[in-house]
Amino acid sequence: MPTVSRVAVCGGTHGNELAGIYLVREMLKKRADGTEPVSVVTVMSNPRAAQLCVRYVETDLNRCFTRAALSAPVSETSPYEMIRSQELNALLGPKASAQAVDLLCDLHNTTANTGLCLITYSDRDWICLHICKHLQREMASTPVRYVHFDIPLNEAYSLDSVGKHGFAMEIGPQPHGVVRSVIFSAMQEGVQLMMDWICQFNSGTLFEGGWVDVYTMVKNIDYPRDSETHVITAAVHPNLQDRDFCLLHPGDPMFLCFSGETLRYRGKEALYPFFINEGAYYEKGVALSLARKRRVQIPSVL
Amino acid sequence: MSSRTNISCLQEAKRVAIFGGTHGNEMSGITLVNMWIQNSAEIERNGLVVKPFISNPRAVEKCTRYIDTDLNRAFTPENLSAPDVEGLPYEVQRAKEINRMFGPKGSSDAYDAIFDLHNTTSNMGSTLILESSTDLFNLQMVHYIKKAMVPHTCSVLLNEHPQLKYSTTRSVAKHPIGLEVGPQPQGVLRSNVFESMRTILKHALDFIELFNSGVEFPPCTVDVFRVQERMDYPRDTNGNITAMVHPHLQDCDWEPLNRGDPMFLTFDGRTVLYEGANTVYPTFINEAAYYEKQQAFMTTCREILAAYAIRKACK
Repeated sequence: MPTVSRVAVCGGTHGNELAGIYLVREMLKKRADGTEPVSVVTVMSNPRAAQLCVRYVETDLNRCFTRAALSAPVSETSPYEMIRSQELNALLGPKASAQAVDLLCDLHNTTANTGLCLITYSDRDWICLHICKHLQREMASTPVRYVHFDIPLNEAYSLDSVGKHGFAMEIGPQPHGVVRSVIFSAMQEGVQLMMDWICQFNSGTLFEGGWVDVYTMVKNIDYPRDSETHVITAAVHPNLQDRDFCLLHPGDPMFLCFSGETLRYRGKEALYPFFINEGAYYEKGVALSLARKRRVQIPSVL
Repeated sequence: MSSRTNISCLQEAKRVAIFGGTHGNEMSGITLVNMWIQNSAEIERNGLVVKPFISNPRAVEKCTRYIDTDLNRAFTPENLSAPDVEGLPYEVQRAKEINRMFGPKGSSDAYDAIFDLHNTTSNMGSTLILESSTDLFNLQMVHYIKKAMVPHTCSVLLNEHPQLKYSTTRSVAKHPIGLEVGPQPQGVLRSNVFESMRTILKHALDFIELFNSGVEFPPCTVDVFRVQERMDYPRDTNGNITAMVHPHLQDCDWEPLNRGDPMFLTFDGRTVLYEGANTVYPTFINEAAYYEKQQAFMTTCREILAAYAIRKACK
């Protein structure tokens, strides 16, 4: 496999997800001296949102990387994030071209209790899967999981889809607008381990094959809402809150209505919930996502 | 002979309000108040009128703390007496309106009690916030609530500090009470936090109903945490923070912090220790909204307040 010679580390794609923002600021302080074995571009993706400590200024930047959004004509009056996504695509891509960075790691936080997740669009990208396995091996106190969204590249909407290989490194739980030292340290360690793996890979180290559990997103579930006002009528049930990646069985409690009633999971198949009660997803109509888990065999690579 | 001379006779509390959405992204209070505006059965009590009210509707609509300025700092004498002109910040206009509806602050026409519902990203659990150590009605109410919540704990924060005290939305009432429940991220509704706040209010309204019906509450003491000092993050010359709350301090609201205990961890891994001479009890540790107010946490000291017996004044 060809070397991973150009890497991008992006933070502040959402301006209130602070671990990535502070990590990118720290990385930018350390000037590269040209002797690094891997060329790393460190980018503050949405500087205006980061300045205001908001998720986005006009529209969610991390939904602006579809083929359609990247090729849409933009002018000064276009939403800020539409202009910015095209700038980032020019800097780190273009997406789906030979000039794109080899690997793009986009740093995120979530209010959900997800631990560390590598979120990507492929379940057979051996580089991403091996990096995941490496983090799982080396990170003692943080659960590390591989989450897969089965969406074709053209429709892939997030920044990480710009690189030839890419993933979001998502760590929770952390409230938006807060940096928790344990979360910052985990993100710093995750990025360092990723860089270590890349250096070893580039220098010809053999990484043994094996198995990785892949969680493939199946569907989202919205909150129960009032049919007229659309206002939510329940909260995530205490039995489900913070239980990301614990198998949810048909009949398990899902929501506790303000009226006191319990609503249960009515699906036929037991699935793995994640992004349970993410603050930014209320406006997107998502209370939680559900995934199927399967073991994926990965080959040795060198 | 008897201690009946030490009973304070206080006016009935007939007009009570419950404010949600003073900060538009603190979801428990917003959800409760909207629910009670639709159906007030749960908050109705004999002998008093309870008005649920969304204090900052524009901020609630945008799910943001405030539009122009923090409403919960806006009830200063200057703002409340500012003339009605164009270009006043939204929250100053709103403060004047709330003062007209529920005040005027400091007058005999003001509402008897206002409960202002807040959430925090800090691990404060259920907290009641008082602004006076001599408000007997509030002290007795807080004592009643704490007893009723057992085995759940309810901490009491007293902010009577001359410089750190601020002009809150609830301060237009004769008896202002802040409810602060956490930890909960901004923009998120957690079921356990929601139900805790709901339960505190239930007990508070029960107390007022009992008081108005003539029940006498015997003398009591209340353990409080009195605000001492605001501690900021270490910052660089550009004002950016250079450290985070240390993992040993994170989530340890109300636990003793002693000289030599870790306080901050810099981004490059160095520990900063607490150097204060006395043991303090930190609170509001790592509250998201306070980064811009230069506050990593607040220190408090423990105190026991005494309250005389109270009962409703006879006509």
